[in-house]
Amino acid sequence: MSLLEVENLRVTFDTEAGRVEAVRGVSFRLDRERLGIVGESGSGKTMTGRSVLRLIRPPGRVDADRMSFDGIDLLNASERRMRALRGQRIAMVMQDPKYSLNPVMKVGAQLTEGLRLRERMGAAEARRKAVEALEAVQIRDPDRVMQAFPHELSGGMGQRVMIAMMLIPDPDILIADEPTSALDVTVQAEVLKILDRLVRDRGMGLIFISHDLRLVGKFCDRILVMYKGKVVEELEASTLMQAQHPYTQGLLNCLPRIGGDRSPLPGLDRAAEWAD
Amino acid sequence: MALIEIENLSVTFEANGQSVQAVRDVSLQVKERESFGLVGESGSGKSTILRAICGLAPISAGSIRIAGEPVKTPRGKAFSRQVQMVFQDPYASLHPRHTIDRTLSEPLAIHGIRNTDRRVVEALRDVALDPSFRFRFPHQLSGGQRQRVAIARALMLEPTILLLDEPTSALDASVQAETLNLLSRLREERGLTFLMVSHDLAVIDHMCDRVLVMQHGLAVEELSRADLAGARMKTDYARTLFDASADRMLDPPSPAAAVATH
Repeated sequence: MSLLEVENLRVTFDTEAGRVEAVRGVSFRLDRERLGIVGESGSGKTMTGRSVLRLIRPPGRVDADRMSFDGIDLLNASERRMRALRGQRIAMVMQDPKYSLNPVMKVGAQLTEGLRLRERMGAAEARRKAVEALEAVQIRDPDRVMQAFPHELSGGMGQRVMIAMMLIPDPDILIADEPTSALDVTVQAEVLKILDRLVRDRGMGLIFISHDLRLVGKFCDRILVMYKGKVVEELEASTLMQAQHPYTQGLLNCLPRIGGDRSPLPGLDRAAEWAD
Repeated sequence: MALIEIENLSVTFEANGQSVQAVRDVSLQVKERESFGLVGESGSGKSTILRAICGLAPISAGSIRIAGEPVKTPRGKAFSRQVQMVFQDPYASLHPRHTIDRTLSEPLAIHGIRNTDRRVVEALRDVALDPSFRFRFPHQLSGGQRQRVAIARALMLEPTILLLDEPTSALDASVQAETLNLLSRLREERGLTFLMVSHDLAVIDHMCDRVLVMQHGLAVEELSRADLAGARMKTDYARTLFDASADRMLDPPSPAAAVATH
């Protein structure tokens, strides 16, 4: 049995303008590996990640034939049970540190809050653990960062703080939603290296959500390509260049390449029948 | 003679008794109809150069000349007819309470240009937007459509120079392709000169003839397009940037690298 099993996941929003189906029948399994979910804006990749933690707010609804984590039925678990899972066993790193960290709380207080309230840990020990976590994500002067407010950190630092925060409880699964798209290429490479090492050293399962197919191809073991709420292709990252589905090929080809010719970039063909 | 000449430009910001040198002694020249790229990490000063050209950042030393004329402070109307800028974030660069029509016709009103109606419709058509978008608000448009409006706005006064500050970094890969194609086509049709900032070397390579690599406000290295494609960079920093580029990630290791590891 896999660590996380999702069968026929559907996310629906009932709006005034009618029913919007954001995710339509997605199935996947995750073990202690790196799974990439790729797609354009609106393809349902973020909703897929969020529904694993049941973080979809009404009017959104999550249905599935089955959604289980380590033998726990995520669909019917009580809210209390879900709270115990969130962060502790399944953690999530959001896209933008600017919006996801508390702007009026020092980084140190945010990092230790969970430990002190949940684990009833003393201030000194919580602080020690937080500094350790910051060191694990290669922040060079953790003491200064602990004393800083989020706006005093650069984007790359902020993103590393968020990753550190998610790692403190040592979760089994990390869901990273576009963790590097707000970052520069050089910082991006660094953050990916950190994530990669943590996944390998701690044996975590990782769901990596991104719109950048090449990045995911480099970084993950397996890739799900989503289009309009459906998985159109599932493939091993090593065989990405031999992708069969025209949508996957389109996503690959529309990126400019260094040393490529200057002809117009091929537009993405969005055939309606792929969504059926 | 180069159309844009920047000589020993420095930009220093001062606040609370501290000063930050965002750009240090940078020189560059862009010829007419050329497309020039600036690349580097955040905080390397690449956007600040564009802002200094437009008068949005203080010039503390050095000079900027457009078509041989030193820029005046304030920049004035003649400058706006020659140089226009497209900003990074299409969500922030359009007035949220102005319709697309108002956004596009405002520069015409300021400069006393007539035929507003015809020009607005034409501008929308030029950037491949349906005329039905004309009386909508920015929040009713997608990111890619907004960036098209921002490009249309920049072209209303028929400038010769476009300053592009990460014009596609807020967009999806497929929308990025459409926007880059649009910019290439407009440059071809109108004989525009581009000065473009991006942190993505692949985008710069696709759009630009020459590129200046920047770090910590300093110019590190200037590369021609052929040098970039052939990986003939001389400085370590330019090499790091090249290697970190997502585009490199799918390439099989080069024969040279394979030999080095054995």
